[in-house]
Amino acid sequence: MVATAEPLKQAHTVGAEDPHEHLMLDPKPRGEMNGMVMDAMHTTSWKFWVVAVFLGLIVLTCLLISWGYLIAEGLGVAGVNRPSFWGIFLVNTVYWIGISHAGTFVSALLRVMKAEFRRPFTRAAELMTTFGLIQAGFSIFMHMGRVWLAYWLFPYPNVRTLWPNFHSPLGWDFLAINTYLMASTMYLFLPLIPDLAMARDRSTGWRKVFYRILSLGFRGTEGEWTHLRTGMTIFAWAIIPVMFSVHTIVAWDFAAATRPGWSSTIFGPYFVIGALQSGIAAVGMVVVLIRATMKNMKYFIRPEHLDALGKLMLIVSMIWAYFFFNDYLVQWYGGDKFTQMLLEFHEKGPMGWMWFGMLICNVAIPFLTLWNKKIRRNPSMLFTIGLLINVGMWFERYIIIPVSLTINRMPFTWKLYFPRIEILLSIGTLAFFVLIYMIASRLIPLVPVWEVQEGQLAHGLRKVGKAEVKTVSEIE
Amino acid sequence: MGTQSATTSVYKWGMVIDQDLCIGCQACVTACVMENNISFVGEADAGYGRTMHWIRIERFWEGAYPDVKNTPFQPVLCQHCEHAPCEPVCPVFAAVHSLSQKTNLQVYNRCVGTRYCANNCPYQVRVFNWSDFSRPEPLSNMLHPDVTVRRRGVMEKCTFCLQRLLQAEDKASSDGRQLADGEVITACAQACPTNAIVFGRIDDPTSQVSHLAADGRAVHLLEDLGTLPSITYLKGGPSYGRNG
Repeated sequence: MVATAEPLKQAHTVGAEDPHEHLMLDPKPRGEMNGMVMDAMHTTSWKFWVVAVFLGLIVLTCLLISWGYLIAEGLGVAGVNRPSFWGIFLVNTVYWIGISHAGTFVSALLRVMKAEFRRPFTRAAELMTTFGLIQAGFSIFMHMGRVWLAYWLFPYPNVRTLWPNFHSPLGWDFLAINTYLMASTMYLFLPLIPDLAMARDRSTGWRKVFYRILSLGFRGTEGEWTHLRTGMTIFAWAIIPVMFSVHTIVAWDFAAATRPGWSSTIFGPYFVIGALQSGIAAVGMVVVLIRATMKNMKYFIRPEHLDALGKLMLIVSMIWAYFFFNDYLVQWYGGDKFTQMLLEFHEKGPMGWMWFGMLICNVAIPFLTLWNKKIRRNPSMLFTIGLLINVGMWFERYIIIPVSLTINRMPFTWKLYFPRIEILLSIGTLAFFVLIYMIASRLIPLVPVWEVQEGQLAHGLRKVGKAEVKTVSEIE
Repeated sequence: MGTQSATTSVYKWGMVIDQDLCIGCQACVTACVMENNISFVGEADAGYGRTMHWIRIERFWEGAYPDVKNTPFQPVLCQHCEHAPCEPVCPVFAAVHSLSQKTNLQVYNRCVGTRYCANNCPYQVRVFNWSDFSRPEPLSNMLHPDVTVRRRGVMEKCTFCLQRLLQAEDKASSDGRQLADGEVITACAQACPTNAIVFGRIDDPTSQVSHLAADGRAVHLLEDLGTLPSITYLKGGPSYGRNG
């Protein structure tokens, strides 16, 4: 037949089924690329400041003033009641911890798996981890009745020999989240050092001082790189189990309780996948936003990267659907009276729209759209899908916490939960997240430029016979 | 959780509630509020599920509306479980088990308000101080001096009138004797006009509660959870759920 040379040719045109398309095979000189990243950091239009001031006002009113009011007045100004003792504050806590997961997942797991498409946006994802955890911490402190005594959860020596209760899943949670916050901040910082040193060498004034302090005197010698690589490898491997443990322990807060709908042995992995579901979708959103708003980013973040993220979102959505079905089927099949009522309440109760909304956003929409390559490569489509997945995952946590708490084993106390000041505080935490992200984007290089350069050194075209083959070589 | 002194007697307190006798008059609720300095939350908060009563009268209807067969009342208060689900989940040991009274204690001063205990209580008897609720004029001068006034942000619940128990135990031990049956009762049992609530030692086989708890009508709330509650309910006699 005639079709002898055709398939070979196809494999090398960019598009169709090229597994190496995201390799960025058009390297620029190092100096130029560094300049591009510095430029992206320095360029702020008036729009940036308008948005920043607007967000700052929201943070002031919705976060600081509202929180002060909440502390002064007590949780009566929130919507929590009996039986929904836990409300949106814990929904937000679980949600933000979920967001923080993707940072580590994208960065650490893809790093140790040597997934090359991660390179341009690892930092954007790692920043989400640390900033997301800050919001999670805020939310859990808002939740507490006497937040000024929160330090009692720390195991600190005191004259009365009072210790925190290590039987309590909340105690485990406190330790796990603190471990994760510290480890992920370290993990954010290590790969940042070479970029900070690069920025130090290219700035003047206060920025020079700022970067000189942060870059810890990094000069890029062979020895420094060896130590840095060793450190990053250790952290990348060590942080993966920490990441899995954090959301598993968050899930145990619920699974270890004696409540219908909560005592489920699958909650641990189900929550981890749920975290990745919302987190990776959020990475997609952030990457699209960075690409659209910051200078020079279209070189670093390309439709190919959005495509790879879209595939990841699709796979995680399928795993989430599997876990959801698994959890649902066994609970339903178990036939426990109160669980049965709870499941019925989820679907047919006043919050049924949220239950169906969750399934539509988390399963139906990714399934129907992300198979399509054109949609995955379209930034605004990917952003919209990411947003919907995040809404769906927030709904999921809302259903698990206040909606499920409505139904308990004492029907006399059943009562629906209506949020009050929680709404303002949720907006406040979201605004604070975006605000510190915006400020960070102008203070630290958002693209790990050394990592991109390393990738471009390792990637190349080689001639094998008459064919040109894209290759990835090991540098270390 | 201090160490047990050798001279202190250990009592296991318990209660029997006869639903066949309960007429749902709420006298126990009122007595409990006055005895234990419980806040008044007002109508709006109460309607939203924020009542702070340590004991509540649950009313049930058996049968659909026009053909209501029974309207039984069920007073529910802290069951003082032996295996209490509220205790292990508190991150700061505010919910602890008393070794000398065999009751569940709530240490108000230690509580940081995570509300995990309340979620984990299958009986939903824990109440939270959502705000510093105000006490209208005469009531502000009628606080029980032996009972802590709780501030906003802490969890509280029925203590089996711990202040009464401790006073009686102290008196008995200074007299060098054991407490007699019926010498100390809780405010709710004292106020009950039909004697539907009986309080006493369930470790003493001769006490009135022990006799009643051995009745054929005896049930425990949500027994299948294995919480081993100290409160026994009696129900199912001919007068069960008949009102008038």
